Amino acid sequence: MNYFPDEVVEHVFDFITSHKDRNSVSLVCKSWYKIERYSRQRVFIGNCYSITPQRLIARFPGLKSLTLKGKPHFADFNLVPHDWGGFVYPWIKALAKSRIGLEELRLKRMVVSDDSLELLSKYFPNFKSLVLVSCEGFTTDGVAAIAANCRFLRELDLQENEVEDHRGHWLSCFPESCTSLVSLNFACLKGEINLASLERLVARSPNLKSLRLNRVVPLDTLQKLLMRAPQLVDLGIGSYVDDPSSEVFSKLKAVIQLCNSIRSLSGFLEVAPCCMSAIYPICENLTFLNLSYAPGLQGNDLTKLVQHCRKLQRLWILDCIGDKGLGVVASTCKELQELRVFPSDPFDAENAAVTEESLVLISAGCPKLNSLLYFCHQMTNAALITVAKNCTNFIRFRLCILDPVKADPVTNQPLDEGFGAIVRSNKSLKRLSLSGLLTDQVFLYIGMYAKKLEMLSIAFAGDSNKGMLYVLNGCKKLRKLEIRDCPFGDVALLQDMGKYETMRSLWMSSCEVTLGACKTLAKKMPSLNVEIINESEQLEFSLDDRLLVDKMYLYRTLVGHRKDAPEYVWLL
Amino acid sequence: MENSVAYEKATELRLGLPGIDEPAVLSSVKNNKRPLHDEKSGENGKSGQNERAPPSKAQIVGWPPVQSYRKNNFQQAKKSESECGGIYVKVSMDGAPYLRKIDLKVYKGYPELLQVLENMFKFTIGEYSEREGYKGSDYEPTYEDKDGDWMLVGDVPWEMFITSCKRLRIMKGSEARGLSCSGV
Repeated sequence: MNYFPDEVVEHVFDFITSHKDRNSVSLVCKSWYKIERYSRQRVFIGNCYSITPQRLIARFPGLKSLTLKGKPHFADFNLVPHDWGGFVYPWIKALAKSRIGLEELRLKRMVVSDDSLELLSKYFPNFKSLVLVSCEGFTTDGVAAIAANCRFLRELDLQENEVEDHRGHWLSCFPESCTSLVSLNFACLKGEINLASLERLVARSPNLKSLRLNRVVPLDTLQKLLMRAPQLVDLGIGSYVDDPSSEVFSKLKAVIQLCNSIRSLSGFLEVAPCCMSAIYPICENLTFLNLSYAPGLQGNDLTKLVQHCRKLQRLWILDCIGDKGLGVVASTCKELQELRVFPSDPFDAENAAVTEESLVLISAGCPKLNSLLYFCHQMTNAALITVAKNCTNFIRFRLCILDPVKADPVTNQPLDEGFGAIVRSNKSLKRLSLSGLLTDQVFLYIGMYAKKLEMLSIAFAGDSNKGMLYVLNGCKKLRKLEIRDCPFGDVALLQDMGKYETMRSLWMSSCEVTLGACKTLAKKMPSLNVEIINESEQLEFSLDDRLLVDKMYLYRTLVGHRKDAPEYVWLL
Repeated sequence: MENSVAYEKATELRLGLPGIDEPAVLSSVKNNKRPLHDEKSGENGKSGQNERAPPSKAQIVGWPPVQSYRKNNFQQAKKSESECGGIYVKVSMDGAPYLRKIDLKVYKGYPELLQVLENMFKFTIGEYSEREGYKGSDYEPTYEDKDGDWMLVGDVPWEMFITSCKRLRIMKGSEARGLSCSGV
């Protein structure tokens, strides 16, 4: 390869698109490193504190698309205090100062201020795509800046963000000259919008393929929008309430028949079940159905709907569909690859909506199943063993039994054998979340069999340090480990400190790790940032090393301590 | 049994260096760790029933692992379902000078609705029977359905009624009796 001119090598690299592959390619030799870095357009940074924006810019001058992730995953469950970090502003500021022609920015779990959005909208003339997932810190004013200033905007995708709504003028900020929109998702915004502006925007966006509305967009507007955009592939419905006998509803039924490109359907944030029949014609072709934000639909409504969805590949649904409904899914959706069943009432222990029975049915009926997120009230070893026999293709397996240490209700045993069977038969498993009563044994199995495992989430499990050690020693591909409320302590933490350099991060909260051990680790491993989150009032930094640490988050980094940590985060 | 005792000892959360039995003075450990564990150890023979779920379950921070955005959304949805989305229909009464409007979604069934109408217009509705409609009064509650027909209130299931009712009219006198005699 060294006999080829650089341009040829670069052309070959054009075909290498995955981040992992490009990273590998850059390590082959100096020449390839150089060619690769100049030709790299897309960069993924899984932990925004592992590198600085300055070093990113220095290495990849041709950067066009940046993906950044901020807070640790457990921040989703309120385990990370409010101003912990993950600010995007320094990144945007640094990029704006440089000559980087940023076109796409994708952020997850980051703090995004209105100022950042304004900066973003003004300094990158070719900016095309903004995707914000589980972010916070901005208002609709920031969104308005993006709408107003990004002349070639193709994608504005706001997913599950906490946005302060200053009432809807942001939509009217899209200039009349903006006709390039391909994807618009504002389902997470709570406030009113100007419906007429929305209609006009959709009317002048011939390339619009994905549209997800918020709950204030009523059914008659939906009907008008679909008239303008029958080419939609992905639709998120806001409010879906009307009198089935009304003229508007008849019009909707008629226009839906024309929308035969829709493959993905979500929303129904407000819904009148009697109107669902209008949707049946598009169900035939759906590959993705997300009804997890539609609590207005009962089990029967869901079941009736799902019966029409023979081509479904991904289904996100609430547990009120019940075992019966999931049974219908199992017999109807033979192409199903991903199933997520969310709890409709996370604190209600009384009404067992879905149990292990329907999981077994799904595993038997859906041979292509490879990704599962399942909230239920109970699970048995027998069921898991059966699931493991039926499904050997799992890449993601996340089971959450709502009662944190619940044993197998039939045998009263821990669920070690069940999960053991899952990891033994699913050799491609990359992500696993455990729950229920579990001893060290399950970790022995995981260490032995889960050779491809990259992310593991553990809560209220295990007996001793051995549990954690089995995992650290056995799972060679482990990148992210997050543990809460387990009896793992210093011995496990310090056994193989080098291991953490091969991982992105480790989270341990309410375990048995002492301050002293964390200090030791931080001292011996300069390539790791060891952070302690301490929310109680007492305790200064220099206090007793025997103190048990409440929350510890460590991650590998090339740039040492971060400068933006709040007072309660101790950087060891 | 032995297992559970060893399990308990091994996972007992205490402060201080391992091997020392006296409790340490310093603590940043919250007490809600494994709140359920103590209950379960020693109950090996019993099957896990839901009613054993301890009250502290709702207090475990960050459990169940449902995204806070999703949790907040549900609480809001529960609230807003009760706040808006009402089905308002006009109610007229023969001889009354002006009409009223009510939200059908607020009521759980016919008895409640009829009670409200009685109070609103100060009259009495008779007793309903499937065969003979409302007996014992000069008034009959009727409604216009989506096909434009005038129907007697009470014949169809409540859910069907509230989605098909366009307006209500309390008929009086002979006209009313004519409606109930002709039946369904």
